[in-house]
Amino acid sequence: MTTPPTHSGRRLGRTTTRRAAEAVVRAIIYLCGWMAIIILAAIAVFLMWNSFRAVNEAGLFTMLSGTAWYPTSSPGKFGMLPLIVGSLFVTGVALAVCVPVGVAAAVFISEFSGRLVKEVMKSIIEFMAAVPSVVYGLIGVAVLIPFVKDAFSLTSGMTAVTGGIVLGIMSIPTVISISEDALHAVPEELRQGSAALGNTRWQTTFKVTLPAASSGIFAAVMLGLGRAIGETMAVLMLTGNAAVMPASVFESVRTMTGTIAAEMGEVVQGGLHYSVLFAVGLVLFTITFGINLVADLVLERQRKRWRR
Amino acid sequence: MSRSSRTKQARTAEATAKVVTGAIALSVVAVAVFVFVYIVYNGIGALDWTFFSEVPRDRGREGGILPIIVGTLYLIGATAGLTLPIGVLAGVYLAEYAPRNFTTRAIRLAITNMAGVPSIVYGLFGLAAFVLLAGFGRSIIAAALTLTCMTLPVVITATEEALRQIPQDLRQASLALGATRLRTIYKVVLPAAAPGIITGAILGLARAAGETAPILFTGAVFQMRRLPDGPSSQFMALPYHIYAQVTSVPDWNRELVWGTALVLVAGVSIVSVMAAWWRSVQRRKVKW
Repeated sequence: MTTPPTHSGRRLGRTTTRRAAEAVVRAIIYLCGWMAIIILAAIAVFLMWNSFRAVNEAGLFTMLSGTAWYPTSSPGKFGMLPLIVGSLFVTGVALAVCVPVGVAAAVFISEFSGRLVKEVMKSIIEFMAAVPSVVYGLIGVAVLIPFVKDAFSLTSGMTAVTGGIVLGIMSIPTVISISEDALHAVPEELRQGSAALGNTRWQTTFKVTLPAASSGIFAAVMLGLGRAIGETMAVLMLTGNAAVMPASVFESVRTMTGTIAAEMGEVVQGGLHYSVLFAVGLVLFTITFGINLVADLVLERQRKRWRR
Repeated sequence: MSRSSRTKQARTAEATAKVVTGAIALSVVAVAVFVFVYIVYNGIGALDWTFFSEVPRDRGREGGILPIIVGTLYLIGATAGLTLPIGVLAGVYLAEYAPRNFTTRAIRLAITNMAGVPSIVYGLFGLAAFVLLAGFGRSIIAAALTLTCMTLPVVITATEEALRQIPQDLRQASLALGATRLRTIYKVVLPAAAPGIITGAILGLARAAGETAPILFTGAVFQMRRLPDGPSSQFMALPYHIYAQVTSVPDWNRELVWGTALVLVAGVSIVSVMAAWWRSVQRRKVKW
């Protein structure tokens, strides 16, 4: 294509080999490009395939609506509702922590602070996001479990609240950085227009900037939610892991993620319990997939809105 | 009268909002500082020569963490070897080849969604796909493949972004000299984008080093008498060691576990900070 036709046979031969090599490399590049879809599809297929036995023998509806999780009794009882409720309790507490704190901090960084503060805050948030979840779990074990026990005078500090607070702190970086992006994306003209009408900085933020950035902030909350539901290690170390229906957030709970992590090591491979744990994974995957999809679509729409 | 009181109200609200949001931002900083100081304060006492050079004894209550550090390094090395080629080529595809159509949008959607899949689900996938179906057993290679799936989105996104920063002129100049598209990418575009790609990859791999859930059932073990001796060997890892000590060793040695946490956090953050610093230096050096 790029080499002019020549009479030298050797040159022609080299061009042909080079073209063949290019074709092979291009094929590899295309394959890698598709890798994300391949892996995501493979995850879905493997989860479904492995939970087939559970759906067949225990029944999908029975599992989703059952309130008794006794996987080792015979016959085993695989009601996932306590796990789902446990996950929801922990996630609810986490959201109550990370949404107000994260959005307020994002407002401060984006609307009320100078460049230096912005840079410092950004590196601090990066550090918080880089700390592994097992280390957050360890800090929770050392600090928060005794604190929750004393503060609410409970018999044990391993509760949904304990896990939720730590999870909320872990989700703060996600919420701040995406909310900050959303606020940053609002065109400066909108703020100037509001200021020209005599509004103060806060009135502008509250009545103009925040509503204009609302879809992005919604996406931030959704991604924080997804992160909290899917988190494993910190909740496993902090919530006490009692697989019974909790009556309040001050009781021990066991989440879906914690159940998989704690029980997969002890099951017979290919057995019913093994398959049920994959079904739990499938439920988890479906929930987080839905949440991420919604957040994605919202973010996409926001990007289009401000693009000119 | 009412007008001036409204102004006053607005001023109070402005001041209150500034103070409240500022205080909340400050509290986030306080939490981060607390986390940092607490880890260093509790862990610094454990760091001595024996800690880095000996194997754990008495189920981790005594001795050091040498095989645990080595295990994590092997695991991340293997993950890097798998993630880099696939992730960079996928980024090349998206930046240089992908047409603007529905499939490309689907690929992008898949990448952002992969980043949101819970780590424990990757663990399940790794167990079913790599440990059992592919027959690798619980091993470094199975765990590295699992971590690769998790890290890929980071590397792909970083590569694509870095490639998009390279001006079109460079590509056109190379093409005008008679280079093919592939040769242009290989000889001109990729070297120019290398700092961005490498930094992104290092940040992704540093995150992977701290992950516990994906390696729980794919190869990490509580105790090993020797160092891992190949890709099919099982291994010990820093995050898994912390988890296992806290949850299954009665009277776990506080100092040693916090020392392990310090090594993990310091390793992850020092590598990340250095990578980010290196990228900014490289960026300042080259002006398009």
